Amino acid sequence: MAGSSRRASTLVIGCGALGRELVELAARDGLEHVEVRCLPASLHNRPERIPAAVEGLVDAAHGRYERIFVAYGDCGTGGGLDRVLAAHGIERLPGAHCYQFYAGLAAFDRMAEEEPGTFYLTDFLVRSFDRLVVAGLGLDRHPELLPQYFAGYRRVVYLSQRDDPALLAAAERAAERLGLAFEHRPTGLGELETSIARLAQAVAVAEAA
Amino acid sequence: MTDEQELDLASLSDEELVEQMHDDLYDGMAVEIVAGTNILLGRGWGPDRVLAEALVEGMRIVGVDFRDGILFVPEVLLSANSMKAGMAVLRPLLAETGAKPIGKVVLGTVKGDIHDIGKNLVGMMFEGAGFEVVDLGVNTDVDKFLAALDEHKPDILGMSALLTTTMPYMKVVIQAMKDRGIRDDYTVLVGGAPLNEEFGLAVGADAYCRDAAVAAETARAFIDKRRAAQA
Repeated sequence: MAGSSRRASTLVIGCGALGRELVELAARDGLEHVEVRCLPASLHNRPERIPAAVEGLVDAAHGRYERIFVAYGDCGTGGGLDRVLAAHGIERLPGAHCYQFYAGLAAFDRMAEEEPGTFYLTDFLVRSFDRLVVAGLGLDRHPELLPQYFAGYRRVVYLSQRDDPALLAAAERAAERLGLAFEHRPTGLGELETSIARLAQAVAVAEAA
Repeated sequence: MTDEQELDLASLSDEELVEQMHDDLYDGMAVEIVAGTNILLGRGWGPDRVLAEALVEGMRIVGVDFRDGILFVPEVLLSANSMKAGMAVLRPLLAETGAKPIGKVVLGTVKGDIHDIGKNLVGMMFEGAGFEVVDLGVNTDVDKFLAALDEHKPDILGMSALLTTTMPYMKVVIQAMKDRGIRDDYTVLVGGAPLNEEFGLAVGADAYCRDAAVAAETARAFIDKRRAAQA
C-alpha cells in the first residue's frame, strides 16, 4: 500500500509480478491517495482463476474507493478478465501481458514476429526464476523435462525495468540454464508507467472539479 | 511404488494390474508402465485393449486431476512420457493387427506460437483413441494447414494455441477454409489454455475442447455423427 495522509480514493488491483513497480509508482508525487493491492503472481499458473480473484477484490472494495484500476493484462484469461471488468466499468492495462506493456505493444509484436520462440524475462521473473520457472516447471526435480518445455524456444529476451547489473547477470545465467541465446532490451516501466500517470491525471482532474 | 515396497506386477491379477498401471501412470513411472504393458500382452490381451483400458483410461484420470488443479504441468508431462513409453511397445503390435484407424486428424499449433505440450498430449490421446494423427508441429501458418488438408484429407482439423495473442489466428485458418469452400468438409476442433467455448464458436470451430481427453472424445463423437448421417 502506498503511504497516504488521508483516506485513499483510488485502488489499484495488481498482479504480484508488478507489485514492486506499482508500489514504487504509487509513491510518486500526486499519487498519495492511491492504494495498491496485489494478488499472488502464481495465479498465472492457473490463469482461468485470475478473473474471479480480481472480482473478489473489486467486490471487497465496493463503496470504499472512488475509482478502481486493474494492473493486469489479459494474462492468459482469454478475455475472461475483460468480461469481469466490463461488468464493473473498470479499466486495465493495455495488451495481453506484462511483456507487451513493458516493451510497448508495437515493439512487442515486432519481437514476437521476428522470433516466436522467445522466452521473455522481466525484473520480477529474473528475481523469481528459480521459484517460478525452475521449481514451477519441476525442472529442479526433473531436469529431463527441459527439452519438452523449451524445444520451440530459441532465445531469452530480458525486458529490464531497472538498470541493475546483478539482475542482468542473473538473467544471463537463466538463459544459459535454459540453453537459449540471450538478448537484453531495457524497457523501463513502459506502458505501466504511462497508465498509472494517466490515472494520476484523472484523479487530479476529478479533484479539481 | 517405493524401494521398500517393491511390488511384483506379475503377481497381480489383471484387474489389480490395470489399477496399478493407472497409479503408475499417475506417478509418471515409465519403466513400470512398460513392464505392465508387456505383462498384459503376455497374458493374451490385445494391444488395443491394453491401450484403452490401462493407458488411455489412466491418462484420462490424470487429465481430470489436472483440470481440477490437483496435478500440475510437470506431473502431467511425466505421466504423458510414461504413456508414450507404453505406446512405443503397443504401436507396432497395433499396426500388425491391420485394424483401420477410426479416423484421421491433422493437428498443429497456430502461427506465432511455439507451444506444443498441450498439442502433443492431444495427439497422444487421439492416437490412443484409434485415430491416425498427422502432426504439423508448431508455428503453423494457414498455407501449411490448407496444404495438409489437401494432402491428408483428414476427418478432423485440430488447432492449438497457448497465447492470447496467437489464438485469433485460428479464425484466419477457418476463414481461408470457408473462402475455398472446404470448411464443411472437415470437423474443426480448437483448444489451448486461454480459449473457451465462446471463443471456439466465435472463430467458427465445431467445438472447443478443454483438454486432451475431451478432444479425443469429441472427435470420436463427431466421427460417429458424420458416419451415421452418411449411412
